[in-house]
Amino acid sequence: MGNRDQSKIISGEPFVTHVSEPVNTITIRLCSDPKLLKIVRAGIAHLCELAGFSEEQRHRVTLAVDEACTNIIKHAYNGATDKPILITARLIENGIEVVLRDYGKKTDPESIKSRDLDDIRPGGLGVHLIHSAMDSVVYDNTLPDGNQLILKKYLRKQRSDSLEEIR
Amino acid sequence: MIEVATRNKLEATIVSINGDVDLYSSPEVRKVIIGLTEKKTPVIMVDLSHVSYMDSSGVATLVEGLQQSGKYNGKFKLYGLGMAVREVFELSRLDKVFDIYPNEETAFSSLA
Repeated sequence: MGNRDQSKIISGEPFVTHVSEPVNTITIRLCSDPKLLKIVRAGIAHLCELAGFSEEQRHRVTLAVDEACTNIIKHAYNGATDKPILITARLIENGIEVVLRDYGKKTDPESIKSRDLDDIRPGGLGVHLIHSAMDSVVYDNTLPDGNQLILKKYLRKQRSDSLEEIR
Repeated sequence: MIEVATRNKLEATIVSINGDVDLYSSPEVRKVIIGLTEKKTPVIMVDLSHVSYMDSSGVATLVEGLQQSGKYNGKFKLYGLGMAVREVFELSRLDKVFDIYPNEETAFSSLA
């Protein structure tokens, strides 16, 4: 990867650890270039390892975050590779929370549905994989611009809060 | 960086993939597989033993290969799936749709 590519990883400010930065939190700023997804996967997998997830569970969480990024690139940004994505992942009590923020086309959460898996065709599996992998999937459409997706995975599954309201 | 290579063995063409198959790399895989289906390659085997990660983009590429080969009654088989790749197929419920084998030997045995 040349210097030109490296400069695209960070949009605006570099990775900064503020004094007030919560412990056990990683923040990844990247542009919407698919070649950077591997970096996201590595960071999320490592945080999952710190959380104590099994190899299978680490893979599932990583897959869900990767699919969420893919959806942002394909749908919110229509394939543009120079748009910002902000990912904040943190250890929570008994698991991990990952928040993905984009500033692209707003998505109506009602329109985001898993497709019928009996309908064998290329594409449309990402949403299903996200819901299969995570314990909680919440689309926050209260923001003035863009979208925010909040994913949670627990070490031991708690009550389902997949329908929790955004406060 | 992904590597996609093809070789012929008996009546089959084997596509060997080395690397992660995701939104970035799946177009490279698609180019090779669809190139083979356009030539109506009778037996396509995809060796996934060196793929440690695959997302829905990769799965979609393989579904397309399966469907395109089905149009001319070709055979499309997968082998060498590791835990992570197998799990994506299971979560997608596609593990029953594809012909999946543990390794190259068993994949060829199925042709007999």
